[in-house]
Amino acid sequence: MTDPSPSISLRNLDIAYGGVRVVQGVTFDVARGESFALVGESGSGKSTVLKALCGLAPEWTGTMQVLGQPGLHRPNRAMARRCQMVFQDPYGSLHPRKTVDAVLSEPLAIHGIGDRDERVEQALVDVGLDRRFRFRYPHQMSGGQRQRVAIARALMLEPEVMLLDEPTSALDVSVQAEILNLLKRLRAERGLTYLLVTHNLPVVSFLCERMAVMNKGRIVEIAQATALHDGSFTDPYSLALYAASGGNR
Amino acid sequence: MSLLSVENLNVSFPTPQGRVNVVENLSFELGQERLGIVGESGSGKSMTGRAILRLIRPPGRVDGRILLEGADLTGLGERQMRAIRGARISMIMQDPRYSLNPVMTVGRQIEEALWVHERLPRREMKARTRQMLEAVRINDPDRVARMYAHELSGGMGQRVMIAMMLIPRPRLLIADEPTSALDVSVQGDVLTLIDDLVRDTGMGLILISHDLPLVARYCDRILVMNSGRVVETCRASDLYNATHPYTRGLLAAVPKMHETRDWLPVMDRTT
Repeated sequence: MTDPSPSISLRNLDIAYGGVRVVQGVTFDVARGESFALVGESGSGKSTVLKALCGLAPEWTGTMQVLGQPGLHRPNRAMARRCQMVFQDPYGSLHPRKTVDAVLSEPLAIHGIGDRDERVEQALVDVGLDRRFRFRYPHQMSGGQRQRVAIARALMLEPEVMLLDEPTSALDVSVQAEILNLLKRLRAERGLTYLLVTHNLPVVSFLCERMAVMNKGRIVEIAQATALHDGSFTDPYSLALYAASGGNR
Repeated sequence: MSLLSVENLNVSFPTPQGRVNVVENLSFELGQERLGIVGESGSGKSMTGRAILRLIRPPGRVDGRILLEGADLTGLGERQMRAIRGARISMIMQDPRYSLNPVMTVGRQIEEALWVHERLPRREMKARTRQMLEAVRINDPDRVARMYAHELSGGMGQRVMIAMMLIPRPRLLIADEPTSALDVSVQGDVLTLIDDLVRDTGMGLILISHDLPLVARYCDRILVMNSGRVVETCRASDLYNATHPYTRGLLAAVPKMHETRDWLPVMDRTT
């Protein structure tokens, strides 16, 4: 925990899909244990940055370092162990024909980790799920419970970095509050680094220290999350997004 | 006489444990005003909107009375109901990507909405469609009328849907989460547009949403629903002084732009 090098370091990152450049010149650092947000509208490239970080968007150029390792052009086992992703829609990201137990044991089996039984039990406790959920299927659970399972799955390998892609936007407000509290508690307990993608600025205000505002594939501004308190952004696009989200009202 | 009056509305579905009421004893009156219905998933807010249009299919069952300008809708046959849907009560759905016809141009779809209720000469139909596209603030309406749904952005798609729903000049508009599939910057524009059209034409509006701040901003009166029942009714301006514990809980659970709380309050789900 004394390592001063950043968890994630991006320099002039360009990302393309099929030759079409969708992200241009992205540069930022996320310190160890920091919670950093990427905000912007659909199509701004914020999720693409997350995909590139875990090797799912191979067409990138520039410099990318995650936990001191060079960036990937395909998913890789060693990186998966240290850097995990939680997706937006818990209805789509859990296998419909696998029980919670199978979903949580799978990463352990792949990485040859023992004590699976205890680890799965503990993971359920950590995300606040009763043990009776262990042998249920996704369709037997609510959206909030499923998202807890998705978070537990990401935590099975005890990663240092969590990439969170709109983790609460498919959930009701009261369930969103529970999941946000859970993410905040897990980060405090384990010293996790978060890179959160969202279009919801109040969520950033609750969960993050710094944020980068993206528009049309570029970062237009990097600001402290406290800028959300008073709207002290400098870029016109950030100000417009802030106003549209109900800032200064 | 009020525009719409709903008396003791019940909507139920069969389950292995017996019939379950998803809407229970709901009553309200709607004049030429903007009524918001808020609640979480499963609260029955969308089912209420569907029940008013008689869109609930068996085995779902609807009981109670729904009066539109004094006439009871519950006894009407399917054919008579079809003359009401669109022409007198219209509904805007959540996601334009799924609700627009993918193989018909935008112009044709809007014309069709009008054609079903009113037979006009071709030239006049074209003119009405063009006028309507202008009313929903689409630049270059002639070009957009020739486009297909996949060529439109989310915000444009929702404007087209609004045009389609308003062209037969309904008396009541039901908007079910009209902006939750849209980006924040577009949300405001679409709601302001709905708001302007509702005011200009003197329609009634039922805005169904889970977003409390949004409903507070665009409605006159609010019904808060939980598990099929109305737990609180208030003027939109008084929402932040709501007294019911459920409403207060919902309000407190929303993160704020200037958030300083370490933890968000959560609701007790054991009750």
